[in-house]
Amino acid sequence: MGGAGGLSDSDRQWSEEAFSRRTIEEIKEKLKTVKHKILVLSGKGGVGKSTFSAHLAHGLAEDENTQVALLDIDICGPSIPKMMGLEGEQVHQSGSGWSPVFLEDNLGVMSVGFLLSSPDDAVIWRGPKKNGMIKQFLRDVDWGEVDYLIVDTPPGTSDEHLSAVQYLSAAHVDGAVIITTPQEVSLQDVRKEISFCHKVKLPIIGVVENMSVFVCPKCKKESQIFPPTTGGAEVLCQDLKIPLLGKVPLDPHIGKSCDKGQSFLIDAPDSPAALAYRGIIQKIQEFCGLHQPKEEHLISS
Amino acid sequence: MSACFPLESAGSQPPLGSSTTCGPRVSELTEAGNLAGVQHIILVLSGKGGVGKSTISTELALALRHAGKKVGILDVDLCGPSIPRMLRAQGRAVHQCDGGWVPVYVDQEQSICLMSVGFLLENPDEAVVWRGPKKNALIKQFVSDVAWGQLDYLVVDTPPGTSDEHMATVDALRPYGPLGALVVTTPQAVSVGDVRRELTFCRKTGLRVLGVVENMSGFVCPHCAECTSIFSRGGGEELASHAGVPFLGSVPLDPELTKSLEEGRDFIREFPESPAFPALLSIAQKVLIEAPARVP
Repeated sequence: MGGAGGLSDSDRQWSEEAFSRRTIEEIKEKLKTVKHKILVLSGKGGVGKSTFSAHLAHGLAEDENTQVALLDIDICGPSIPKMMGLEGEQVHQSGSGWSPVFLEDNLGVMSVGFLLSSPDDAVIWRGPKKNGMIKQFLRDVDWGEVDYLIVDTPPGTSDEHLSAVQYLSAAHVDGAVIITTPQEVSLQDVRKEISFCHKVKLPIIGVVENMSVFVCPKCKKESQIFPPTTGGAEVLCQDLKIPLLGKVPLDPHIGKSCDKGQSFLIDAPDSPAALAYRGIIQKIQEFCGLHQPKEEHLISS
Repeated sequence: MSACFPLESAGSQPPLGSSTTCGPRVSELTEAGNLAGVQHIILVLSGKGGVGKSTISTELALALRHAGKKVGILDVDLCGPSIPRMLRAQGRAVHQCDGGWVPVYVDQEQSICLMSVGFLLENPDEAVVWRGPKKNALIKQFVSDVAWGQLDYLVVDTPPGTSDEHMATVDALRPYGPLGALVVTTPQAVSVGDVRRELTFCRKTGLRVLGVVENMSGFVCPHCAECTSIFSRGGGEELASHAGVPFLGSVPLDPELTKSLEEGRDFIREFPESPAFPALLSIAQKVLIEAPARVP
């Protein structure tokens, strides 16, 4: 188990060292070859962040001229290797740093999952150690020339999120995509996540509502499994004046594709869910296209 | 109504005892006090987010109450405290008595009480953006400074993961052991993949696993009664068998349950016809049998 991570002295010491300007500048330099950086956030667990991150990566990488990188900073629950069909892969080191695991020539992935030797291994780390891992992922991975870096996060508003935002404070981050499901218990957490984004001055690209509606494969009638008791993401977005990027229906094929480590966009390309995903991906590309990185658009730390 | 304890002051109070209150020295420093009257402690864990830990925690508490037990719920999900809303207790104030903080009673009979960081937030949309050490300090306070009184069960709802909150909770509760853990998963492999790691956490921290609960097991279409495995199938039983722990049961998806919890109704009283109801009762019965006896 982790050591005594709760001591205020070591907390201060770590705090000063970890977020030194030097580290932040190093990360800025390393990520100079990355054009667009997108954080996928939620607040609530289990709403489909990793599913969305994986399919955003797949969707963007379908154009073989687009270089895509997917970074999984969920240290305790790294789902991305499984979803991308890369379980069991190992990370290699070269002179220029850690090499991501490439699914395709234009799609590289990094996750703590690749550093664990067994699927039963638990990463029982306190904040400072998770923080260190995220620093390494941002500073030491040799991503190369990348058009889109997608950062998949764990649920919550804690160490991982603060670390990611603080380490990226000198590198331009296009913005955050926030994932939710329709019910109030998710929206409650999304409002907190939005408040977090405002606090750390992270632009919000928009909200995606997952698991919107279920169509019975037998009778084709619709049911709302996660009822939008307070109006769902639509009302939340209207109230907070944030774009609703799209609503994705609950399709059992999505879960199956993820379990098999395949792209749902390829397994069921004409399904309403796949079409919804593609519409959302397009809006994200448009947002990134409009907001090209400029020196003055830096997030303040 | 604003809380008696603004969030900042709660977080900045020093942890109980000396500054080295972690690891093996906790038992020397912690008073038996506020947990002395609690007979059984059950941690509800996952590893995966969104599998229904808070839902299962709440329903388990309600089911145990219906079996005539006095139950407390400790919500240690500091970033996403869902339980106050589920029990229609959001916005309630936390008061102090001689023994410490008074947990919020959510029913007239005072048979269910609750403590959650949700009660300490002035504004429910406010994000609790804390790092580990501050979260650990609050959890220690929740365990030691809440006047739980006489309880048959304390159900502890946790956030997903295997990190600060989990270690702090186990450390803080260990002197009052034995503790039992209920591990929740959904059927699909992606969920099972994370929950396997949680079972390792249980093993490494010496937590006895009462069993695995598989949530969101299937959806019965209300129009044609066809059952669809929306989140795949079979993961819960496989996981339990792989880890050598009991499989406590599967709970199907029920949108009425979701709506009821969102609106803070007493689900068990209102929906005895729900497909989820027999599953939850059966799980509660197993807990009543399996729950470890308190060693005096």
